[in-house]
Amino acid sequence: MMERITMAHGSGGEETSRLIEAVFAKYLGNSYLSQMEDSTVVPGSRELAVTTDSFVVTPYIYPGGDIGRLCVCGTVNDILMSGAVPQYLTCGFILEEGLPLEKLEQIVRSMADTAKEAGVLVAAGDTKVIENRGDSEGGLMINTAGIGFMRDGAQRLLPSGIQAGDQVLVSGRLGDHHAAILGCRLQMSHSILSDNAPLSEMAGALFDHGLHVHEMRDVTRGGLAGVLNELAGASGKVIGLEEQDIPVSPEVTSFAGILGLDPLYMGNEGKMVLFIPKEEAREALEIMRSCRYGEEAALIGSVREPESGEAPILLLHTGIGGTRILGPLYGEGLPRIC
Amino acid sequence: MRELDDIRSFLKNYDGPDVKIMEVCGTHTAAIMHLGIPSMLSEHIRLISGPGCPVCVTVTAYIDKLVALAMNPSNIVYAFGDLLRVMGSQKSLSMAKADGARVRMVYSPLDMLDAAGKDPAHTHIFAAVGFETTTPVYALLLEEAARRKIRNIKLLTSLKTMPAVIDRLCRMNGTDGGSPVTGFIAPGHVCAVSGYAAYRTLAGKYRLPFVVSGFTGETLLASIYTLVKCAGEPIVRNYYPQVVREEGNKAAQEAVLRMFRPCDAAWRGLGIIEGSGMVLRDEYKDMDAGSENLLEDRTGTGCRCADVLTGKILPEQCPMFGRTCTPREPKGACMVSQEGSCFNHFAAAGIRS
Repeated sequence: MMERITMAHGSGGEETSRLIEAVFAKYLGNSYLSQMEDSTVVPGSRELAVTTDSFVVTPYIYPGGDIGRLCVCGTVNDILMSGAVPQYLTCGFILEEGLPLEKLEQIVRSMADTAKEAGVLVAAGDTKVIENRGDSEGGLMINTAGIGFMRDGAQRLLPSGIQAGDQVLVSGRLGDHHAAILGCRLQMSHSILSDNAPLSEMAGALFDHGLHVHEMRDVTRGGLAGVLNELAGASGKVIGLEEQDIPVSPEVTSFAGILGLDPLYMGNEGKMVLFIPKEEAREALEIMRSCRYGEEAALIGSVREPESGEAPILLLHTGIGGTRILGPLYGEGLPRIC
Repeated sequence: MRELDDIRSFLKNYDGPDVKIMEVCGTHTAAIMHLGIPSMLSEHIRLISGPGCPVCVTVTAYIDKLVALAMNPSNIVYAFGDLLRVMGSQKSLSMAKADGARVRMVYSPLDMLDAAGKDPAHTHIFAAVGFETTTPVYALLLEEAARRKIRNIKLLTSLKTMPAVIDRLCRMNGTDGGSPVTGFIAPGHVCAVSGYAAYRTLAGKYRLPFVVSGFTGETLLASIYTLVKCAGEPIVRNYYPQVVREEGNKAAQEAVLRMFRPCDAAWRGLGIIEGSGMVLRDEYKDMDAGSENLLEDRTGTGCRCADVLTGKILPEQCPMFGRTCTPREPKGACMVSQEGSCFNHFAAAGIRS
């Protein structure tokens, strides 16, 4: 019979200990976590980058990944984008009664593999069990915190760092995570996999080569257009993108077309966009392309000062030769009907 | 067709008499804005959107009827996403849902079949809006329901057809003091089903050019080029021959006519137009949730959707546009739909709220 999470697993007693031993300690265990104390004491004595995030995705296992991999990638990438090096993670699991134990194990294993890949330690954790909310099978949610160390002498990256003349680089194809999740929810079969990935190697390589990155963001909810629209406003600059240079797979293009979505507004979980001086753009692009998850990095646009009377906006130069403003996202997920 | 660069340069530098081109289809509106085509045209070429977004032309009486059906606990109402947010005279389907009505958003009418099959205790009603392109899907839905012996399915229809409304627009053309429309981009998807013979009649009758267009930038630019060159000439061109034939798709037309018959229909902003709609035939009346006589249209105070839909004004000229009426809180149907003229103008202006 399939073993499932029950309320007893959250009792704090024997069952809880057994779950921690059999699943969490087995995969995530390290010298800090195995202390099993109320709090963990870790080394560190410099400026810190701190973040927290909650993960509630359904389905929790999807083509190309799962909520365990996702929670590490999301947290680590947020730390990386401030120019810091991720060090520690914490994770709070909220398990729903009925969750099959083997699925939990699969998720925790994937989380451990991803943490290893990203170079972070899980330093603290917690588990709670809640009553089944009426689904036939239980699900789970994960809350994380992330801590990173700032690099020696590094400036924190901010939108105000964006300068006229900067080039805009994106680390790969857009929309895959969004399409993978939406395909599951709508039961539309396709071959698109989530792009969930930690960007530690790529971000690290850019700084190790001494490049002067002016600003860097991971391209998650709201998509490339959502992120860049916000940055145009916050920096007071005009950002211009070349549609034909923006990487999107044919599968995502056609999936988005069917549903009336725009890949530029679709979410990703392993992509970043960065602003860099023109003279360093070529080198940055080569470095990104030499890293895992950056093989299809591309130079997609540039930054200029607004002309007199022009607002700070995001512009798209379309393949056919037109120009349009990419505004904030409206009407997400609603299908066209004719 | 001239080379694309020549077309681009012609359209940008055009200095002749003003032309006003109407694209009737909502998908064309969305594609034109998406491709940034307005930025490629001289100030003497103006594109305006017609009544080709099915959500935008739906009258309040229809929304009110849907809301009433959804509030009845023995019913479940299914609708496309955009329709949920269109205001009736009191509330939208979304608001009714918050009040406890059973409303479900679907991507395809066929999604309703499984749910209805498993739940014989309720009547499952589809909000069947659309043009010639969507009507065959409803015919298919009912045929499939009959084949699977699912009897608790009904449609509330607001189905419309293009030629009669374009005829009305042509007849009104220039009579309201505004500059007249000089040519039409005919609806590509609609023509794929119905063909384009009807537009030959209209072209001759009103001495106006019609170009059946696809949805790529190249085709749209070529269509606009021809409509500028041939303003005032009674010509019909098919620039979408991969998909559209003069006689249309006979199988789809027959499927529709087996179940539906033409009727008069009410259009937001245009009133009742003879022979511009479709309803279920009498022998299928038991599958109709009460679609007849939903003709009343009471749009909110100050809303000028009607003038936008007939090309009288641009969305920006409505006093509510971008102020009290935004995609987040739409007052008029043209701001709700992703194919709506107001929505597209708002998005293209990049307004941050």
